[in-house]
Amino acid sequence: MSPILKVTNLKMHFPVKEGVLLRAKKFNKAVDGISFEIQPGETLGLVGESGCGKSTLGRCIARLYEPTSGSIEFEGTDITRLKGRALMPYRQNIQMIFQDPMESLNSRHTVGDILKEPYIVQKIGDKVSRAKRVRELLDIVGLPARSITRYPFEFSGGQRQRISIARSIALNPRLVVCDEPVSALDVSIQSQILNLLVDLQKEFKLAYLFIAHDLAVVKHISDRIAIMYLGNIVEESTGESIYHEPRHPYTKSLISSIPVPDPHRRVKRAIITGDVPSPINPPSGCRFHPRCPRVLERCKLETPLLRTVADHQVCCHLNDL
Amino acid sequence: MAVLSINNLVTEFDTDEGRVRAVDDVSFTAQAGKTLGIVGESGCGKSVTALSIMRLLPQPMGQIVSGSVELDGTDLTQLPIPQMEKIRGARIGMVFQEPMTALNPVHAVGRQLTEALLIHKDIKPDAAIREAVGILDRVGIPSPDVRMTEYPHQLSGGMRQRVVIAMALACKPDVLIADEPTTALDVTIQAQILELIKELQADIGMSVILITHDLGVIAETCDEVVVMYAGKVAEKGSVFDIFDRPAHPYTRGLLKSIPTLNTEPKSTLSVIDGMVPGLLDLPEGCRFENRCTFSREQCISNTPGLQAIKEQHQVSCLRWQEL
Repeated sequence: MSPILKVTNLKMHFPVKEGVLLRAKKFNKAVDGISFEIQPGETLGLVGESGCGKSTLGRCIARLYEPTSGSIEFEGTDITRLKGRALMPYRQNIQMIFQDPMESLNSRHTVGDILKEPYIVQKIGDKVSRAKRVRELLDIVGLPARSITRYPFEFSGGQRQRISIARSIALNPRLVVCDEPVSALDVSIQSQILNLLVDLQKEFKLAYLFIAHDLAVVKHISDRIAIMYLGNIVEESTGESIYHEPRHPYTKSLISSIPVPDPHRRVKRAIITGDVPSPINPPSGCRFHPRCPRVLERCKLETPLLRTVADHQVCCHLNDL
Repeated sequence: MAVLSINNLVTEFDTDEGRVRAVDDVSFTAQAGKTLGIVGESGCGKSVTALSIMRLLPQPMGQIVSGSVELDGTDLTQLPIPQMEKIRGARIGMVFQEPMTALNPVHAVGRQLTEALLIHKDIKPDAAIREAVGILDRVGIPSPDVRMTEYPHQLSGGMRQRVVIAMALACKPDVLIADEPTTALDVTIQAQILELIKELQADIGMSVILITHDLGVIAETCDEVVVMYAGKVAEKGSVFDIFDRPAHPYTRGLLKSIPTLNTEPKSTLSVIDGMVPGLLDLPEGCRFENRCTFSREQCISNTPGLQAIKEQHQVSCLRWQEL
């Protein structure tokens, strides 16, 4: 099966403007050489701490940013450098759901207007067919038909996220980039939205790039998981295997840091010290070495490459031993 | 030993749409050296409970209508403001969710830290500075003497929360109220901060009241748990009672709906249908009735009170015995 999305050595460097002349002398290397593939109908989970570049990566793929270098291929076509009208067909196929639905929905538009807009932009259908389709969409995401004339503020957080989901699937996309879609929601609402996303994937054969910081949520929804640290993918494998046999020291400490909702399992955790360094001036060699509990002399000098170890892709010198 | 006891606390807010009861008849006791968790979803009244204890409700809208908050026998709700100010920061410390808003951005860390010491202790400024450096070192901030002269924006999120904790603990309080102390932080930093609170608790022997929506954090850190729903206590008990033998349908629903690392991927998670009722139009009987799968005729009209299942485990449900 050919992948629906193939990302090769993608880099996104933001200039940091300084001084009187505002010249860019430094770069924020938010995404620094990332490669992965997503198969049709598959969910790739992307996990990492704040500032690791996961949202930037999502936005590059939805082509909200133009990457600095590398390539993004969607169904075999390179879309990295496409602009304007040439991007239109891909905008239909790659959609995005954002974290905070209050910010991503226009508060002055009714839900009907919000859901009609994709069809207007893409010049699909007429007034009657669009109205019919909007009612269908509301039904799919479990909102009452009378929502059409209402405004986003009249809905709760969970319902607003349902509206964003309805908008993202309006054009029958093949790939949806979900950027922390449930992290702003309460626990009892979070499970409703996760169930909806899983149902939609089965029904419409959607592929997801699911970005989140909560490993339990990501493991629940993903087929494969990629762990990001400071602009790089440090490990990638199936959810089960990432959880049961993590190979990268960062993945290990990430899993160990998650509080388990079971008071009988209070274990001494492998807490990593320190904070995530700045992506403007990342550490030499392996980027995780200042925090790594098993650091070697070599890690400070040589940058490890992503290599295949059993069913994992892992980026660590320890696996050479 | 009970340090702080909250008895039948009722807090109301005046809003444009009318008077809203955000905390309704809430009682619990915090023990010395133990951690009490308050868990619930947004709007359930957990933060308002904390603000009521500290008498920091937004004025003039927020008011404690009835009930008492007793710290070693003194009712804090009746204290005049100057006396309350002697208690805040000295005997009860508070850690807020967002460290950037809890710290003053235009004052150096050192000045904010020594402020608490100078107000509450009879101490000279240079001694206060020395003590503040010691506290920063204790909360795990590297090169604390340098950090004293830095401003909050120069610190990372985890470091800022350590400074806030240092401020709250500067005077070795009897009670620490932590309102979602790790919600804004990454998991690896969250683990560091929770561990730090635990260590400091063992040092000082204070009682910790931890407010969170994360059941994982509750399970890892708390001894006693209060589950709140729509301003009321739904269930309270030891952490083992709550996780092993949850009696309230809401507690059960919450525990079942969180995905864990052990659930089958893409399996359907069990959900609590509907959503929390607004405080302006609360249902008459049980507040969870419209979302409860075990609801009966009696639940619509009768308000359940807290009933003891056994000592220290109470539930507010009419049908707990049948379920």
